[in-house]
Amino acid sequence: MVCAVKHGTFFSFVFPSLLAMTLFIALPVASVVVQSFHAQHDQVIIEVENCGPFGCETTTKIDQEATEALRQDQPLGKFVGLENYTNRGHLATSEIGEAWRTSESMGDFLGELMNLPFYRAIAFTLTFTAIVTPLTIMLGFAIAVAVNASARMLRGPLIFVSLLPFIINPLVGSLVLFWMIDARGILGHALQFLADDPELSVKASTPLMWIMLMVYGIWHAAPFAFVVFYAGLQTVNQDTLEAAMIDGATRWQRVRYVTIPHLMPLVTFVALIQLMDNFRVFEPLVSFSAAAHANSLSYYIYTDLGGETRLLNSAAATSVLTIIGVAILLAPVLVRTWRDHKRA
Amino acid sequence: MSALTKKHPTGLRVLLLGFLVVWVILAAFPFLWTLWGSFKVEGDFFSKANWANALTGELTRTETGGSFTGDGYHGAWVQEEFWRAALNTFVVCFCVVLISLTCSTLAGYALSRSTYNYAFWLLIAALIFRAMPPITLVSGYLLPFFEWNLWGHISTTVIVLVAINQPFSLWMLTSFFRNIPKDLDESAMVDGCTRFQAFRHVIIPVMWPGVITTGLFSFLLAYNDFAVTAMLLEKENQTMVPKIASFLGTTQTKGNVMFAVAAVVSSTAPIFVMVMFFQRQIVSGLTAGAVKG
Amino acid sequence: MTKIARLLGATALITAAATTAFAEAHGGCKIDGGRLSIIGNEFPAIHTVANAATSCEGIEAEANLTADHQKLHVAGMTGNPAEYTTAIVANSSIVSLINEDVIRPLDDLVAEYGQDIPKHQLISVDGQVMAVAFMANAQSLVYREDILEQAGLDVPTTYEEVLAAAEKIRSDGILEYPVGGPYAAGWNLAQEFVNMYLGHGGEFFEPGSAKVAINNEKGVAALTMMKALSEYMNPDFLTHDSNATSAEWEAGNVALMHMWGSRTGVLMDDEGAEPVVYENTRIRGPLMVGDSGVPANTLWWDGWTVAKNISDEDAAATFQAMAYGSSPAILNDETMSQAVWLIDGFEAQPVNEGVLASVQAGSKPYPMVPYQGLLHTALGAELADFMNGAESAEQALADVEAAYTAAATEKGFLSE
Repeated sequence: MVCAVKHGTFFSFVFPSLLAMTLFIALPVASVVVQSFHAQHDQVIIEVENCGPFGCETTTKIDQEATEALRQDQPLGKFVGLENYTNRGHLATSEIGEAWRTSESMGDFLGELMNLPFYRAIAFTLTFTAIVTPLTIMLGFAIAVAVNASARMLRGPLIFVSLLPFIINPLVGSLVLFWMIDARGILGHALQFLADDPELSVKASTPLMWIMLMVYGIWHAAPFAFVVFYAGLQTVNQDTLEAAMIDGATRWQRVRYVTIPHLMPLVTFVALIQLMDNFRVFEPLVSFSAAAHANSLSYYIYTDLGGETRLLNSAAATSVLTIIGVAILLAPVLVRTWRDHKRA
Repeated sequence: MSALTKKHPTGLRVLLLGFLVVWVILAAFPFLWTLWGSFKVEGDFFSKANWANALTGELTRTETGGSFTGDGYHGAWVQEEFWRAALNTFVVCFCVVLISLTCSTLAGYALSRSTYNYAFWLLIAALIFRAMPPITLVSGYLLPFFEWNLWGHISTTVIVLVAINQPFSLWMLTSFFRNIPKDLDESAMVDGCTRFQAFRHVIIPVMWPGVITTGLFSFLLAYNDFAVTAMLLEKENQTMVPKIASFLGTTQTKGNVMFAVAAVVSSTAPIFVMVMFFQRQIVSGLTAGAVKG
Repeated sequence: MTKIARLLGATALITAAATTAFAEAHGGCKIDGGRLSIIGNEFPAIHTVANAATSCEGIEAEANLTADHQKLHVAGMTGNPAEYTTAIVANSSIVSLINEDVIRPLDDLVAEYGQDIPKHQLISVDGQVMAVAFMANAQSLVYREDILEQAGLDVPTTYEEVLAAAEKIRSDGILEYPVGGPYAAGWNLAQEFVNMYLGHGGEFFEPGSAKVAINNEKGVAALTMMKALSEYMNPDFLTHDSNATSAEWEAGNVALMHMWGSRTGVLMDDEGAEPVVYENTRIRGPLMVGDSGVPANTLWWDGWTVAKNISDEDAAATFQAMAYGSSPAILNDETMSQAVWLIDGFEAQPVNEGVLASVQAGSKPYPMVPYQGLLHTALGAELADFMNGAESAEQALADVEAAYTAAATEKGFLSE
């Protein structure tokens, strides 16, 4: 059988790509997994006197010599098993148990749950993913249909303009939007006018901030969905469409039974990419200074790594949980791909 | 579909047209606004006193004498030498696209022709890898890179970006190659070609639409990257996005926001041109099957 | 002798002549070989120091000044030999370098090459010199003279007076949101709590241990005051970092603001604001709160360190170059106003008044404690819920303690 690529040939083809991914993605992922099961060695703290331009005071420092040997011996730190996963910063098992026992109602319990940073992050991340992904696909589809129905000479410029929100750097794009949405910026002012409320401020309200972040997410990603669907629309089988028309199918029926099934594989593709990107939502939260109102898993990792004392193990545990989350989200798509693969 | 266009009833056409107008405004307005604002001074750009100042340019007139000023551009390009960052960005992007496409074209082709299970699992692993938040990856790189003296160089950043880029490119190109009939290369192999010769003589001539589209996506990723470039490049090798971020100031010192705005506009211009130039290819590459699930 | 040196009670009397001689002697800084590689934050004063240090002849010199320095310096100094031979740090960020044991004590180097460095510039931990400071910074009150006059108010000296003044300005219809401050959730908000808590006379930890102790009356009082102030702030205050707060000031929307001394210069220049704003911008010392007698702000220094994992030759070269970079030789008309220099020969500028007044009023330095950074991160993440009105002060402080405890346990500061 000539169809299959021989093992040797296969590996010589994929080798460069595989090497790059192994070195720079797989190994770091492995090291992150290992780190997530470790914590730092117990530090010996001693009281010392510090002096500087503003005088002296008694404070503490780490006795380096005391833990030196231990650190040489076990450079990764001490093995703590799942402790990093179950502590308050992550799954917070004991806090949840406590809340379950003490809270009087479900609302009470949920309130307690949302007070835990990891659950707060996951609540926003899931909401964001669940809302932005389908709306992106719908908006992208609508734009694709509209552009496709426009005059031929207009399509070039329309495609160009429609792609703009996608090509802009997410950090910069959201920053520009953040400036515009300020209560005294042009968009913020327009919103106040529309809502007839001169005090309205998107940045001051949690629900509005969430909506703003999601609107930005859709605005940024819709062009990607659009261009994929637009490409798909170019290959819709004209004969089938015409046959459907002759059979008396209405416009809606033609879209429903010819165009949409044709685009279905593309929807899967866009959904796959979008689920993944939305689950990692990060840049808009930075640019929108949204920390007071929303927190995402990526932003949570960023907080752990960005402080004056970095929490590597905690960030590692959150990263692993993020990957697991993505794997669960993608499971349906993966199963489908597996079936396709078996069929091929 | 175009044949059917004319048959759209008026009501639907108006609806579609209205929708398009709204979308075009939504898509283009922030860009026009930033472009306009980049020729003002900071007080007018933010217009915290009165939003209409951004249009009339009150402070721009009092501070510079004219309604428009090129100070932001002068400051960014001449004073802060933004051109260095622009140059670095183009070196990085060019190398990333070139290397990334070479690797992923070869691998994507092999994956599309392999029926073994490990080919499937490789694709899935690549996909799951893509889910890793880049900040975690980058913080893992720092120690070994410093240890082995790899930190700060453009080449290191290029390789890292290539690696991070691989999953998406692989996924795109594998599905693209799946849509090129197997008979093409296999008949060449029946004629005595090796797998590589078949790839070279039969597949390479027909693969460009898919490769160009994938290349554009790789370019965008490298061009817009912040997490990797900000942490792995030393000052003199800095690319545009981290440079723009450095204009924004820190907690204790004021930045030059207008330099940043001017730099944003400048850095967006090249992709404008590119998208204008390549939009037909993007669509035709995707049409040719680069995205069929 | 400089004002700050006098304030700090430096003993060494340096005459003008000696200062000049020092500058001349080092005028052409020459070092016999070695490597200098600087990592540090990016702002004009640090550029001045780095430019002078890298100008030394006879060494291989480079500087990487970036806002991301904090994420790079530990990794960049851990290897052997370290990529960076010196890190420019502040009293908050030196802690992570000491924690990871990547910087060396400087006593020998000071004895050999640093006799000219005034004693007040030396930062010592447990009797060992670990860094050399070259500039100071602090937050203090910035106010609009015209608006206070219009409302018939004296310049407030305590936060209680700020509240009263804000109420008067609002009820007079002059400004709707007269108070400003960097209250953005995250680092800024945590910093404001640190200020306010110290101002109430609070202690962050149980003495000599890493056990946090902020969930007390003083913590609640600090949060209550912050909440009361926020009622007079722009409703977006939780997104206002010091950049956005300064922009509000320049737009003329704020009359009383808590701001960094290093940022007041640009508020008083003629760019970015109407003349009525910048001409009436005045700076005062730190504000008091409650009856503790300690100002509600913190003092900061910026200084340089020398890496541990480098050869003694490189360390000597680095020390000499950095000592030159922070010597009186760098002071001139242009650099004088860039910072409150701790260097001899510095003449205080009007914009520096807030920092100098803070030193005089006995403000506390930001704590140089190994686990303060963890507490700061926890404060930044958990206090926003209280400021939002979503939970009580006690609950917010309990959350901070819980978040800190989880982090400190992971870091090995607390064991269960």
